[in-house]
Amino acid sequence: MKSLLAVAFALLLTACASPALRGTGDLGIVIERASGSVAIVDNSARAVLARVEGLGDLSHASVVFSRDGRYGYVFGRDGGLTKVDLLERRITKRIIQAGNSIGGAISQDGRLVAAQNYQPGGVKVFDAQTLELLADIPATFGDGKQTSKVVGLADVPGNKFAYALFDAGEIWVADLSQPREPKVTKYRNIGSQPYDGLVTPDGRHYMAGLFGEDGVALIDLWKPEQGAKKILANYGKGAEKLPVFKMPHLRGWAVAGGRAYLPAIGRHEVLVVDTATWQEVGRIPVKGQPVFVMARPDGRQIWVNFAFPDYSHVQVIDTLEQKVVQTLAPGKAVLHMEFTPRGDNVWISARDDNRVVVFDTASFARLAELPAQNPSGIFFTSRAARIGF
Amino acid sequence: MNAHANFGRVLAILVSCLQATAFAMAADPSPERARELVRMVRQDCGSCHGLTLKGGLGPPLLPETLREKPAESLRYTVLLGRPGTPMPPWGAFMNEAEADWIVRQLMQGFPEETR
Repeated sequence: MKSLLAVAFALLLTACASPALRGTGDLGIVIERASGSVAIVDNSARAVLARVEGLGDLSHASVVFSRDGRYGYVFGRDGGLTKVDLLERRITKRIIQAGNSIGGAISQDGRLVAAQNYQPGGVKVFDAQTLELLADIPATFGDGKQTSKVVGLADVPGNKFAYALFDAGEIWVADLSQPREPKVTKYRNIGSQPYDGLVTPDGRHYMAGLFGEDGVALIDLWKPEQGAKKILANYGKGAEKLPVFKMPHLRGWAVAGGRAYLPAIGRHEVLVVDTATWQEVGRIPVKGQPVFVMARPDGRQIWVNFAFPDYSHVQVIDTLEQKVVQTLAPGKAVLHMEFTPRGDNVWISARDDNRVVVFDTASFARLAELPAQNPSGIFFTSRAARIGF
Repeated sequence: MNAHANFGRVLAILVSCLQATAFAMAADPSPERARELVRMVRQDCGSCHGLTLKGGLGPPLLPETLREKPAESLRYTVLLGRPGTPMPPWGAFMNEAEADWIVRQLMQGFPEETR
């Protein structure tokens, strides 16, 4: 009896000493852009679990996740690449890989992390485990001495990365199946000033929005020999060129029910495009210049946030009705939105109110408010399982 | 020749003093408005130029990168934007004196946000 008690006591001690086992499927990272920290959050408990500091300049920071959802790779504006352990709630490894960076991607097999850089312009590829540099692909163009800023980096099937060269007007697809010997296919003259890009959820089409002219460059990755073509010749065009107070983000481009919903440039509209023909089939008026246009995972709703000065609102489009059905005011300076994996909730960051607000997407009820310091991007680990995220 | 060069230098200094005086005489925004402008530059301009203003899709806005540029042309870049580039006009959100104040702060090293 005595020994049994002793064993029970020992078990109890062990249980107290080590944290409870848990998965990472409902965890995520909120960027706190001014303080160089990230909050590790739990989207079931709707709670901040921990704050991890020391990540440098996080303006325009983004995160991709390891396949097991345990590690987040945070790309900072200052060229920092930080691997954060969501379970141990600490930085595992941090490097400064460039002077000025704008985001990154993780390969299909999860073994490679790629960063897209403004300065020096190009893409660098790292071992996801150790962050050892495996490949450096400068975005040289013209006489070969200039390098371009790289935008719109996306992972595409076949352990490839697709991206656009802002200054060169080119799209490159880098095949990293031999990580130390990248094979780059270059699509030239795709249009002027591609400013962001995305891959469709099926991994088939890579698109780059053009700022310097009207239209979108499209590559069918299943038929790469056909090259790039221009679609949506009216994309960006207006009676008068309206100023753009913040570049729209295409990563959020929503594809739902055979239609793509994209932010118009400069205009207060969301464009609706048929993904079979790539023709514009409609325009939905919204409150401001859209920045993120994101589909709820089931595709029934599209959530839109806006550029300065309309950035304190969020609107919801019903995809059956093809119109705005709800306008919300989550707080000042809404920068980003992220859906829980099956879309029951959406998390919205209100930078100037120092909070993240959680809404029920069916009733639009405000479920929770979490404190965060100048929050910008919100990233849940469910991205680990999605192409192009 | 030396006298010539010296005269040129003195003239340049005089002119820059005059400019500085003219600038200093322009009314500074109220502390509250100044806070708003600092936040706007750090956060909204920062979405292209970087929170630390070291540049992004837009060029850096640091004293050393702006030193050679005339303040007046910077004022109009802020107010009217730069056609052919993504730089939009901000004239709807501030007046000339406020744009001048921002340019002056940028050239001196832009203040951090106070909270």
